[in-house]
Amino acid sequence: MANGKIYDRINEQSPWQDITEGNKIFEAATSKDFCTGEWRTATPVWSQEKCKQCLLCTPVCPDSSIPVTAGKREDFDYDHCKGCGICARVCPFGAISMREGK
Amino acid sequence: MAIRERLSGNEAVAYAIRQVNPDVMPAFPITPSTEIPQYVANYIANGEIDTEFIHVESEHSAMSATVGASAAGARAVTATSSCGLALMWEELYVAASNRLPIVLALVNRALSGPININADHSDSMGARDSGWIQIYAESNQEVYDNYIQAFPIAEDSRVHLPVMVCQDGFITSHGVENILLIEDDKVKGFVGAYEPEHYLLNGTERMAVGPYAVSNYYMETKRAQRQAMINAREVILEVARKFEEMTGRRYGFFEEYRMEDAEYAVVIIGSAAGTCKAAIDEIRDTTGKKAGLIKIRVFRPFPEEEIAEALSRVKAVAVMDRSEMFSAASGPLGAEVRAAMYQAHGTADVVNYFYGLGGRDITVSDFKAVYDRLEAIAGTHVVTDMYEYIGLRSAQSEEV
Repeated sequence: MANGKIYDRINEQSPWQDITEGNKIFEAATSKDFCTGEWRTATPVWSQEKCKQCLLCTPVCPDSSIPVTAGKREDFDYDHCKGCGICARVCPFGAISMREGK
Repeated sequence: MAIRERLSGNEAVAYAIRQVNPDVMPAFPITPSTEIPQYVANYIANGEIDTEFIHVESEHSAMSATVGASAAGARAVTATSSCGLALMWEELYVAASNRLPIVLALVNRALSGPININADHSDSMGARDSGWIQIYAESNQEVYDNYIQAFPIAEDSRVHLPVMVCQDGFITSHGVENILLIEDDKVKGFVGAYEPEHYLLNGTERMAVGPYAVSNYYMETKRAQRQAMINAREVILEVARKFEEMTGRRYGFFEEYRMEDAEYAVVIIGSAAGTCKAAIDEIRDTTGKKAGLIKIRVFRPFPEEEIAEALSRVKAVAVMDRSEMFSAASGPLGAEVRAAMYQAHGTADVVNYFYGLGGRDITVSDFKAVYDRLEAIAGTHVVTDMYEYIGLRSAQSEEV
């Protein structure tokens, strides 16, 4: 298969002749390359000062957009966060607030 | 040497399946196609083939399993009729858009309601927009021959589309006729081993089938699918030529019967073509009237230009539909044949008949009456009723 990201070969400028037969995709885990964060109409904002690192927010995120390294959460993955607000609702410490817009 | 036999249409298809020995056959019984999976199950039980037969709980599951097997890399087939095909409706589109070379043996039967088990084309005509290649047969021999040709058509890399091999319920599926069978090794050679380039069970290539396509991709995908159907035209003819080399039996998009000098033509699909041919011979022998017939074999892709050309020299045409589409105007074949003739600036007068719905008989004298009417229309160029029925009881003398 060709190298590089799939969207370098097939994207919204591709002519119909370049679309793979039946849209078959010959790569794995290509959803990572699809920035669903563009769909967001509300954005969670993380307050590091208020956060106790209880990690209740991480498992409820439907888009795996709260990265955890060495047992501690980091800032949101805004490439994939769709702004659903579940994390803000579940946070017991008011450490996540929702801001309107992207 | 070919093998002389006497088989029903269902037996002929099952015999062809035995010769092809496909990898997987998911199927659910429905009249009048039930015998096909039944006979195949016998072949499997007798150890004659090693096809994996999947017992499913519905036709929705039958086509889903066929789609899954084909995507996995198997040569996958199934068979159904009528409401069984209707229950497959969603997956028919999935099979075609995923470009899976499935072969489906369809035994045409009327759709409910009212519930009816006899032949008409409402099942396959309802699926005419699903993206499947559709090949129809007049006789058991043609069903058998079409079934064997379906594999190299479907599996050609220029096509990669599913094929529906259609025959008229009971008329050919259960009627026993003389048939010439091809030797097993010749069929295996003609169909060849199935070696897909991409398939899900290939451990060396990652692959996803049937992804979501947003509006930025959907239209381009559909255009590519259309190209496969366009390409199918030349592949169907190539496969027919190779089949003729093997058997001496010639096939094309349609058969022209006594059309060389015809002034009045009938366009029809399926087994009733045989009755029409008998009427043509009688008319030509007794009156000298130049009657002819075009029997459509390939309805998808639709051979638009070729049909218009074949009808370019006739005076009047009757297009015969064995299904309704409730446009309150024409039937599906009537609409497409007239559109083809219009585009080619055809000059013949055209009428559209509904016949044989739910298995209603059509006779030689019915066809003779059609040719009489075509002669009258050609004289006056007046078509009072574009849409007529054959054999319909009515309290009024004229039908709308």
